[in-house]
Amino acid sequence: MSTATDAHHDEHHDAPSGWRRWVFATNHKDIGTMYLVFALTLFFVGGAMAMVIRAELFQPGLQFVDPGFFNQMTTMHALMMIFGAVMPAFVGLANWMVPLMVGAPDMALPRMNNWSFWILPVAFGLLLSTLFVSGGAPAAGWTMYPPLVLQTGDAFPFLIFSVHLMGMSSIMGAINIVVTIMNMRAPGMGLLKMPLFVWTWLITAYLLILAMPVLAGAVTMLLTDEYFGTSFFNAGGGGDPLMFQHVFWFFGHPEVYIMILPAFGIVSQIIPTFARKPLFGYDSMVYATASIAFLSFIVWAHHMFTVGMPLAGQLFFMFATMLIAVPTGVKVFNWMTTMWRGSMTFETPMLFAIGFVFLFTIGGFSGLMLGITPADFQYHDTYFVVAHFHYVLVPGAVFAIMAGVYYWLPKWTGHMYNEKLGKLHFWLSAIFVNVTFFPQHFLGLAGMPRRIPDYATQFADFNMVSSIGAFVFGASQLLFVYIIWSCVRGGEKASQQVWEGAEGLEWTVPSPAPHHTFEVAPEVK
Amino acid sequence: MRERIRQYSRSAVFGLLSFFLLLPAALADWELNLMPGVTPISRDTYQLHMLIFWVCVAIAVVVFGVMFYSLYMFRRSRGAQPDTTMVHSTKMEIIWTIIPIVILVAMAIPAAESLIKIEDTRAPDITIKVTGYQWKWHYEYLGRPDDPFVQSNFGFFSNIDAVSNAARQVGSGVDVYQIENYLRDVDRRVIVPVNKKVRILLTSNDVLHAWWVPELGGKRDAIPGFVNEMWFQAEETGVYRGQCAELCGRDHGFMPIVVEVQPEDEFAAWVAANGGAAGGGVADVPGGSQAATASAGGAAGGAGSSAAVDMDMSMDELMSRGESAYLTNCSACHQPNGQGLEVGGFPALAGSAIATGPVDGHIGQLLNGVPGTAMASFAYLSDADIAAIITYERNAWGNDTGDIVQPADVKAAR
Repeated sequence: MSTATDAHHDEHHDAPSGWRRWVFATNHKDIGTMYLVFALTLFFVGGAMAMVIRAELFQPGLQFVDPGFFNQMTTMHALMMIFGAVMPAFVGLANWMVPLMVGAPDMALPRMNNWSFWILPVAFGLLLSTLFVSGGAPAAGWTMYPPLVLQTGDAFPFLIFSVHLMGMSSIMGAINIVVTIMNMRAPGMGLLKMPLFVWTWLITAYLLILAMPVLAGAVTMLLTDEYFGTSFFNAGGGGDPLMFQHVFWFFGHPEVYIMILPAFGIVSQIIPTFARKPLFGYDSMVYATASIAFLSFIVWAHHMFTVGMPLAGQLFFMFATMLIAVPTGVKVFNWMTTMWRGSMTFETPMLFAIGFVFLFTIGGFSGLMLGITPADFQYHDTYFVVAHFHYVLVPGAVFAIMAGVYYWLPKWTGHMYNEKLGKLHFWLSAIFVNVTFFPQHFLGLAGMPRRIPDYATQFADFNMVSSIGAFVFGASQLLFVYIIWSCVRGGEKASQQVWEGAEGLEWTVPSPAPHHTFEVAPEVK
Repeated sequence: MRERIRQYSRSAVFGLLSFFLLLPAALADWELNLMPGVTPISRDTYQLHMLIFWVCVAIAVVVFGVMFYSLYMFRRSRGAQPDTTMVHSTKMEIIWTIIPIVILVAMAIPAAESLIKIEDTRAPDITIKVTGYQWKWHYEYLGRPDDPFVQSNFGFFSNIDAVSNAARQVGSGVDVYQIENYLRDVDRRVIVPVNKKVRILLTSNDVLHAWWVPELGGKRDAIPGFVNEMWFQAEETGVYRGQCAELCGRDHGFMPIVVEVQPEDEFAAWVAANGGAAGGGVADVPGGSQAATASAGGAAGGAGSSAAVDMDMSMDELMSRGESAYLTNCSACHQPNGQGLEVGGFPALAGSAIATGPVDGHIGQLLNGVPGTAMASFAYLSDADIAAIITYERNAWGNDTGDIVQPADVKAAR
């Protein structure tokens, strides 16, 4: 397989240097790096907000913050983590890896790629600036339910505008990924020969293109309700406050799969590498991903079982929701079988991938429990739900991102990261993510509602455990930054293959991957 | 020496075991599971919850068992050779698609049955209309002349109790462990009879709220412009506590719900005392004292104190009534000292243009609210309460305008 990639090619294309290299970046690798650095930054901004929340909840009684500010923290924490950390991190990984994996020299639409990245800092600059406006930052939850969200002070138009910008960025990023995958695959790479990470991103990109405009519509209706005298969500004017929830969750449920499908892809790359065995059931993995994506569009109302829907509606959404367990189960079984009769080693990416499978499955179990409508009436809006979605988003999405970063870091930098510190990072994260979130199941079952700044004394003990877990988990992430930083600075040279069992086009280019790769398309047999 | 260590460790283990087995009271703060509750629905839900839980545990044991077995057995350090031919098996994939479907169907059947029961709100014995406000509940017992329990409507507001409310302020310095039922008590409880089907009609005056008492089962949102239904039938007398479960703004965490289930005769006496019996004529029972509501008999009084509505009240009377009404209704945002809260955008009242300007503007603000802000209309309060609050606000914290607002002034402005 010839790749025609040489490091000295770089100098021929007067690649801009200094700040111009980044501001005017059109190279998928540079843009991928910027996305990842941005995501890591906001991971810490959102994490700092989580620390404020856990500090206030450390013991009963209000010690540090006003309840209104507490609500701003929960709202901003969610918006930062979802739109600022997890989604951009996945887009960053896609930017770096999708062209390398399909044998393309760059993304299909490099200038739009630059634009879709640079919108993000603007959007989050606007959103963060609301911490300083009159009335404070948005405090109605990331779900922005009216009528409460209409009580937001001066932050309201900033919130709507920044959500619009985030949506634009996501849609442009998604279009770019679809076009790249559809048009720029190396000769011979049929759809069913694509690496699973590429497959999951292709499906995710379609979810983004279908779901984000719905969110844009919903927040635009909020905007006109607030400023132009419409009554979309105002029952007093003939509108319906529930319609917002239906529209929002029609976006919001696929959104949770937008945040997990690429993680499935990453894990499906890593487990075969370190089990030294091909992925079991490749085709069914692809079909399962597609089924999950389809089902994600018909189960939105399970987020709102308590709003008083007709019985038939509740039954339909309960059955459809339970059905998602089937393709998700297929994926888990396939990962297990991939490990079965393999020859496993446990480098950091593999540890994070195994941690993902184990803890994401626990999140899946609580998800199944939440799908049972009568039980959901008790779980809804309690810490049980908080525990559930943090299990699928932290040891789920975030662990998969970290697994991916450790897995591909040597390819990006040309150096091996410090394996000892990497393993330490994994064990600290894996232990304390459980110390943080597992007790929250108990809190929810015992009757503690979510989004409250203070609680009755019988909830004190588990809250203290959860807060201690959160502080240590948060602090351990500084180790992650140090490991990445020192890997960028130097270290043992990485080979082209990096991992003994790795397969795919990205491992046929040198490490670090040169600025330009695959100027002559490789042939896939 | 070794023997002694063994002895010590054995007694430590026994000590720990007996601590967990014999002292369930000590475990109260480490509550792990859903409560079975005291209604048929809450028990149904509990059964369903345990069923799914054990199904999940069983699946977890199998799946994670296979996983940990592989992690141990198929390590390269043990010399495991990869079987690279193992890439696909249609038979196995069909099996692990069918089995989960069968398990899901087995769970869906009892879940659907239970849901159908939950949604059957027909033929209630008592109907209570519950309205969510930022941040309190209003309860209205709906009566019919031929109803065995409640013949005429009556209602009241239920706020967080004053002790918790004072303690939960930032930097209050109160040790909340000293407060019984911190954040879980109210000034007026909802009283219902035992073994009767109670239908709850839910709506909201402002934003979304949700009414939830875990031990009674179920949970429903209160939505402005809509009326939602739920029901419960408590089979044991007692006091059951819950709180608002839908983010409803700054004081979302401070909207407790307390339901007291009483024997039928005590309930009937309570209804009569509150004007709900035949011939009763009190539309809305004004805020009773904490002591009256918390009394075990539950026959809360206080119906008489609304007589003064049309009469002129003295300055002292207005100020003392105004202070307590202010603390209940206004202090969450504007603070007990009238200084407001900059961080939430709640203006100070001390020295403000509204509280020291024309009286009409001040009355209008309370009756109409300020659209687009958290300042809602307080028109639902009685004329006397509004007059007292305004008089208090115009004369407290150095505002000293000397203005007296009478209930009649408020009535005229409505």
